[in-house]
Amino acid sequence: MDQPAHILSDILQFIFMGLQRGSIYALAAMGFNMIYNATGIINFAQGEFVVLGGLMMVTLSTALSLSIPVAFVLTTLFVTVVGICMERFTINPVKHPTVLRLIIITIAVSIIIKGAAMCLWGKNSHFMRHFSSSETWEIYGATILPQTIWIIGILLCIVAGYIFFFNYTMTGKCMRACAINRDAARLAGINDRKMVMLSFALSAGIGAIAGIIITPIIQMDYTRGALLGIKGFGAAVLGGLGNSMGAVIAGILIGILEAMAAGYVSSHYMDAIALIILLAVLFVKPSGIFGSAEAMRLKEF
Amino acid sequence: MQSDILKLEQLHKNFGGVTAVDNLSLSFAKGEVTSLIGPNGAGKTTVFNLITGFIKPSSGKIIFNGWHLNGKKPHMIAAMGIGRTFQNVQVFSNMTVLENIMVGRHLRSRCGMFFSSVLPPFLRLEENRIRSAAKEWISFLKLDQYADFSAGILPLGNQRMLEIARALALEPNLLLLDEPASGLNARETIAMGELIQKIKSMDITVILVEHDMELVMDISDRVAVINFGRLIAEGTPKEVQQNPDVITAYLGT
Repeated sequence: MDQPAHILSDILQFIFMGLQRGSIYALAAMGFNMIYNATGIINFAQGEFVVLGGLMMVTLSTALSLSIPVAFVLTTLFVTVVGICMERFTINPVKHPTVLRLIIITIAVSIIIKGAAMCLWGKNSHFMRHFSSSETWEIYGATILPQTIWIIGILLCIVAGYIFFFNYTMTGKCMRACAINRDAARLAGINDRKMVMLSFALSAGIGAIAGIIITPIIQMDYTRGALLGIKGFGAAVLGGLGNSMGAVIAGILIGILEAMAAGYVSSHYMDAIALIILLAVLFVKPSGIFGSAEAMRLKEF
Repeated sequence: MQSDILKLEQLHKNFGGVTAVDNLSLSFAKGEVTSLIGPNGAGKTTVFNLITGFIKPSSGKIIFNGWHLNGKKPHMIAAMGIGRTFQNVQVFSNMTVLENIMVGRHLRSRCGMFFSSVLPPFLRLEENRIRSAAKEWISFLKLDQYADFSAGILPLGNQRMLEIARALALEPNLLLLDEPASGLNARETIAMGELIQKIKSMDITVILVEHDMELVMDISDRVAVINFGRLIAEGTPKEVQQNPDVITAYLGT
């Protein structure tokens, strides 16, 4: 039965599926990392940014029947503003910001956003049309949706933009400086609070884009944030917290592991298996695949 | 109108029950090198932290060029023209030497945060200007060969130079140097002294905290001695060296 060609097409299929979901985890992980680098905290509302992006996109493109590019831009802007508000109204006013306090605030914000999303969009799943055709293509016996190509392409664009921003713009350099050594950055005249706000804006924007591009495939509802957030967090940890390029690779890896777990074992267990493998890796290498043990020692957690 | 660039008026700082700076009043003359010396734990670094806004004074005033610095944030104080280096070198270790200095110079950039990120590279003249200015500072401190090295791998002496370059890139009127010679060998210490003289000749006022007395006496115009957060002597290097209180503080009774 199992001819080599069959195995090849299976593997290819897992890779396609893995890329599709893994790209979303990668984007969520980049969002985690950006805020982590600026503040040292994990933003547990990251998954909610993804959900908001998806739901807002559904409303704009379906209910208001805006064209996809217009809805895309408006949705990203909207969630970015939500991210900025979150920082201004919940993180910035904290008098004695400790890691634990800030993390608990992000959990509170995630619950608030989730509740608001439930009130505004209801409990149903929301459907959205694919960016282009929804007919699958066949490559060596494996099928791929055009939407998957969109997802991978947009991920690549964001990675390129990320590299450009942090290496070739003054603002990006200042953000890096602030992440490496906050006191020295303040002495150089960098407003560290502004950098924190910017990190929230960027990670909300990236989260929104993740939600927008995955919604045609998974049908968004208000409860999705937690699981997307956990997988994104897993990718961030696996890639080495703070290392966004590591996170992209780790995110795709988790996606592929999940697809294989679903294919070879059962789709009921796919979330569990992916997270078990994540745990196993972290037992062996706690700093993540691409994290350095030295950097790990300097961090608060 | 006034020749004092910085004035501390009855500055006081408690940490819990410990008084780190006790009623300190001190003026720093424009264009001079003033050294702040005293035994370990005398409160010298605390004074620097107060001036740069990292900690808030319990009472008293800090006046820079006629402006009150009380309650200002560190980045605002930097923007007003006060540069500083740390006792333990603090460079941006994962960034190149050139990038370190560019970050130090970003305040002198005339375009805002938004445009510096969205404009395509060929339109970002401002960034090129910052880059070439940063390169000048690199040459000034003779770090040319290291420009593209990651700052964290440089030897300590060069990291110190880089930290000073980053502070100078801000184009400060006042530069605070916290033990610039600690950990340097004799030759590097001499070079540091020459550098401080050069900085002075650029019309930048320098306040120096330093334990190397030879360096202090060599390059300072004035010396202020503090112990237990209190000013115990002030004057030219010669006057201070002959002051009995200073001798007691340093040698014990």
